[in-house]
Amino acid sequence: MNKLILGRYIPGDSILHRMDPRAKLLASFYYIGIIFLARTWQAYALLLVFTLVLIGISKIKLDFFIKGVKPLLWLILFTVLLQIFFTRGGHVYWQWGFLSLTQYGLINGAYIFMRFVLIIFMSTLLTLTTPPLSLADAIESILKPLKVVHFPVYEVALMLSIALRFVPTLMDETTKIMDAQRARGVDFGEGNLFQQMKAIVPILIPLFVSSFNRADDLATAMEARGYQGGEGRSKYRILKWRTKDTVAFILMGLLTIALIFLR
Amino acid sequence: MCTDTIINRHLFQGKYGLLNMDEQKIIQVEQLKYEYPQSDGHLALNNLSVSINAGEWVAIIGHNGSGKSTFAKSLNGLLDLQSGSVMIDDLPLALDTVWSIRKKIGMVFQNPDNQFVGATVEDDVAFGLENQGVPRPEMIERVQEAVKRVGMLDYLKREPSRLSGGQKQRVALAGIIAQQPEILILDEATSMLDPKGREEVLATIHKLKQETNMTVLSITHDIDEAASADRIIILDNGQVYDQGTPADIFAYGQRLLDLGLDVPYPEKLKAALNKLQIEMPTDYLTTERMVDYLWTLHSKM
Repeated sequence: MNKLILGRYIPGDSILHRMDPRAKLLASFYYIGIIFLARTWQAYALLLVFTLVLIGISKIKLDFFIKGVKPLLWLILFTVLLQIFFTRGGHVYWQWGFLSLTQYGLINGAYIFMRFVLIIFMSTLLTLTTPPLSLADAIESILKPLKVVHFPVYEVALMLSIALRFVPTLMDETTKIMDAQRARGVDFGEGNLFQQMKAIVPILIPLFVSSFNRADDLATAMEARGYQGGEGRSKYRILKWRTKDTVAFILMGLLTIALIFLR
Repeated sequence: MCTDTIINRHLFQGKYGLLNMDEQKIIQVEQLKYEYPQSDGHLALNNLSVSINAGEWVAIIGHNGSGKSTFAKSLNGLLDLQSGSVMIDDLPLALDTVWSIRKKIGMVFQNPDNQFVGATVEDDVAFGLENQGVPRPEMIERVQEAVKRVGMLDYLKREPSRLSGGQKQRVALAGIIAQQPEILILDEATSMLDPKGREEVLATIHKLKQETNMTVLSITHDIDEAASADRIIILDNGQVYDQGTPADIFAYGQRLLDLGLDVPYPEKLKAALNKLQIEMPTDYLTTERMVDYLWTLHSKM
């Protein structure tokens, strides 16, 4: 469970690690958007090379990225198979009832597969090189214009950062509660699905109660330290947009032009 | 009647004038009353009146439910009092002064985890400063200074999950130092720590007290923590049961036990030795000083 949420960020000192999280977040989203421009194998080849070069720059082992694909493997296979068997056109290699294996089907399947891999690699790259807190800061900064419509940007950002800060605390607590229940003879992960779900209840209830107590304590502590909402607060952590962040966007622009030419 | 009180006040000032000049009262509460919702008329604070001088270290002890924590929380408006008045540094606690008063009071709570707001040590120390809208360059300086004072400079970027309980409480202290309040309230700040963590935190508090001469109010179960105070106030049923120097209070022995409190071991030993007609000093002795006293005692005879 720990690995799933926390073990994501890998500290490092590459140029990607040092980029402004806003730039990384926006550029990643933009990149995922322009993947859908690719229609030819040359375009996909270009994108793959680009992504691999970025991974190289990050100095993070390729293993981590392949591990990122694994949990989604079944979804990818299913989608790819649907594409292969239901797309018609071009040379027909094999046909049985409504299923057919055609040239276009195979090509489309390969493209879909590439899209999945590229999207996963890119989002993994974002989370591996950016601490969650920086991502929260980036989201706050990007959402700032929404203040015009009275969206509570500061409060949402604080909520996000407190949530991130309490993840390990609540994990510890869950482990403690599970141990306490085990000591009383509860078996976790045994029996049928219904029994397993029932075993979760005695973990969730104490966890819920203690979370409420924690929230209450935390609110008191925050008030004692003078918290009165987002207005009039200054910020300790600030984000700095540097030349390399602008360069990243120029690169994205060039990539877009290249993709349009390769259509 | 009006002239009467004025004359009385003059007389009072005439008699205690000199004393009052030295000892400025920083906390003055009068007839506090508080009843928790759904407590069936049980008053957590029952006409409690206490005053504390600037620069004093006062320990408040009492068994569970004696109103200690309620008292602490009433000082900076964390609870809505039913009646009574609170004066902090000549400022009466009211709706429009509560935020200025909170600036003057730093509070460390019991659970190290539930008061750690920031995602890292430096963020947490900066939290109170951010609330006050302190400009960033000044904030960075004050955070550095405060973290250095509690000896946590090497942990600036650490997340709370990688700190011990004692370290977290020291970070909480740093957060308070950074805000530079006049009063430090410790609401059972060491009760959830292991002995080593407790020692670390107490040593840090002693050091801060010496450096800044803050007023310290420690609500505690820990007799050793109470022993370092200038004055101990015992609360019972939301009222002041008794007060005095640690030596006076600990001399009560059995009476303290009856109140659900414990006497520190050196004091128990002292009482036992006194019974055997061995003369012992009257002021409070820590374990170490007691040992020193005992091993030098024989050579004097």
